[in-house]
Amino acid sequence: MEMRKVYANALEELMEKDDRVCLLDADLGKASGTMGLREKFPDRIYDCGIAEQNMASIAAGLSSYGFKPWIESFTPFATRRICDQVAISIVYAGQNVKIVGTDPGISAEINGGTHQGTDDVGTLRSIPGLVIFEPVDEVQLKAAMPVLNDYEGSVYMRLFRKELPVVFPEDYKFDLFKADVLREGTDVTIFVTGLLTADVLEVAKKLAGEGISCEVVNVHTIKPVDAETVIASARKTGAAVTVENHNIVGGLHSAVLEALTREKIPVVPVGIKDRFGEVGRIPYLREVMGMTNEDIAKAVREAIALK
Amino acid sequence: MDLKTICKDVRCDILTCIGSLGTGHIGGCLSAAELLTVLYFEAMNIDPENPKMPGRDRFVCSKGHAGPAVYAALANRGYFPKEELLTLNRGGTNLPSHCDMKLTKGIDMTTGSLGQGFSCAVGIALGSKIAKDGATVYALIGDGETQEGQIWEAAMFASAKKLSNLIAFTDRNKFEIDGVVEEVNAIEPLADKWAAFGWRVIEVEDGNDIEQVSEAVKHAKLGIDGDKPTMVILNTVKGCGVRWIEELGPACHNTTLTMEQAQAAILEVRGEGR
Repeated sequence: MEMRKVYANALEELMEKDDRVCLLDADLGKASGTMGLREKFPDRIYDCGIAEQNMASIAAGLSSYGFKPWIESFTPFATRRICDQVAISIVYAGQNVKIVGTDPGISAEINGGTHQGTDDVGTLRSIPGLVIFEPVDEVQLKAAMPVLNDYEGSVYMRLFRKELPVVFPEDYKFDLFKADVLREGTDVTIFVTGLLTADVLEVAKKLAGEGISCEVVNVHTIKPVDAETVIASARKTGAAVTVENHNIVGGLHSAVLEALTREKIPVVPVGIKDRFGEVGRIPYLREVMGMTNEDIAKAVREAIALK
Repeated sequence: MDLKTICKDVRCDILTCIGSLGTGHIGGCLSAAELLTVLYFEAMNIDPENPKMPGRDRFVCSKGHAGPAVYAALANRGYFPKEELLTLNRGGTNLPSHCDMKLTKGIDMTTGSLGQGFSCAVGIALGSKIAKDGATVYALIGDGETQEGQIWEAAMFASAKKLSNLIAFTDRNKFEIDGVVEEVNAIEPLADKWAAFGWRVIEVEDGNDIEQVSEAVKHAKLGIDGDKPTMVILNTVKGCGVRWIEELGPACHNTTLTMEQAQAAILEVRGEGR
């Protein structure tokens, strides 16, 4: 199922159960998949029009009134565009707002560099106390939605809108602050978040055929990063690769490096190499950004060689 | 006690509060003293003993740097002892330069990044409409703050959603840090702009005349059952009540104020009144 559909269904369920849940968007209800909920909850869903800053601060006001607002827009407009509103109206003021940025990084495809949020995690990660989460499949997203809603604080979720390969089993137990070890290994750890997780598992399987044992850890929550799991796995394998659909400056790579500050372990990044996006479909963009499965395998070999 | 007397106390406490520290946003605090007195002592349904009372009226000081003026009003209203005003901006204080709802009893919204508090007030007014609890939401913006684009995003939304429970005020004291508002980036015709954005507009000739302010707030409240939010434009004097501060013009936005100067200013306020 499309991730936006899973998100909308989960939101519908939350709104049915909890009359404090509200939803605000900025002329992207259709794109976010939530348009269909408006008729059902006319007094709790508001389209703010193309005015994201106002949307963010209105959400803070609603939160101060005891409501649990969710706000949504495309990734750059839900983050960089409203960075000060997120910092001051929402987080500094101690509010409880869930911020959803859709189509992060290269998944904005033909909308190009203006719409490809390649710096959203970096932009928001230095705001103290804000939680940053990125689901990898519909099972994890479905499990996460009620947890995010109940979490007393603000969370930014970067959400791929279309269908993604299912990685987690149906009985998956989600912990917002605990990274998931998807595959155990001994030679290298691949820390991955979001879009490319299923591809990383495929690469790990292929490399096993070459005698390379990869541990795969899904760091679904980039802030606060689960340093305990990251350090334990990196110590165990002695080499690491980070894979993310984001600038390698400020995102998962930076978060993992920060966790490993006192460890002498090589960490090789796969992700967007400090550049803006451009138009194209995902396979093309993975090629030009150096994010193909072969690039991941190459990074793994490099990390092992650096041990 | 009549409002005029209370307002003198609030104004004197602003001077004491900032004077005890030696520096602060004195101009925009003094210009708002009458409004804050009317709101906290006449207009608002609030309870200092129960500062989080459900369904209470709310006040958002979107020009967050007027925090010391709000603190003076809150202390006079009994939210905390007046002695606490002397802790302004000292390390560990509950009274920071700009309003902080996490720190200060009676503060309904954190503000300081201009334009944002007004949108928050719109969100609060929307929240009250959803909750159907009959609260009135009051918000104060600065005339310089009016230059922020977010003010107009919020203005558009509030009228589109018919948030008649929102009563906003512009402290039209004519100055911002760099000079005269109309010279830095003109905001006039202000009343026409708000009317064009779908707001009911009330203009107060002297926003430092407590009777005029009181009447305007009563008039504004008559619109709560209508379908438009109300903007009250208060023509005020920056630094109002102390001649030498008024004469500083834009420089009184944030200036030094020694305790001796504050004491002399208090005598002036007590002696002359307004």
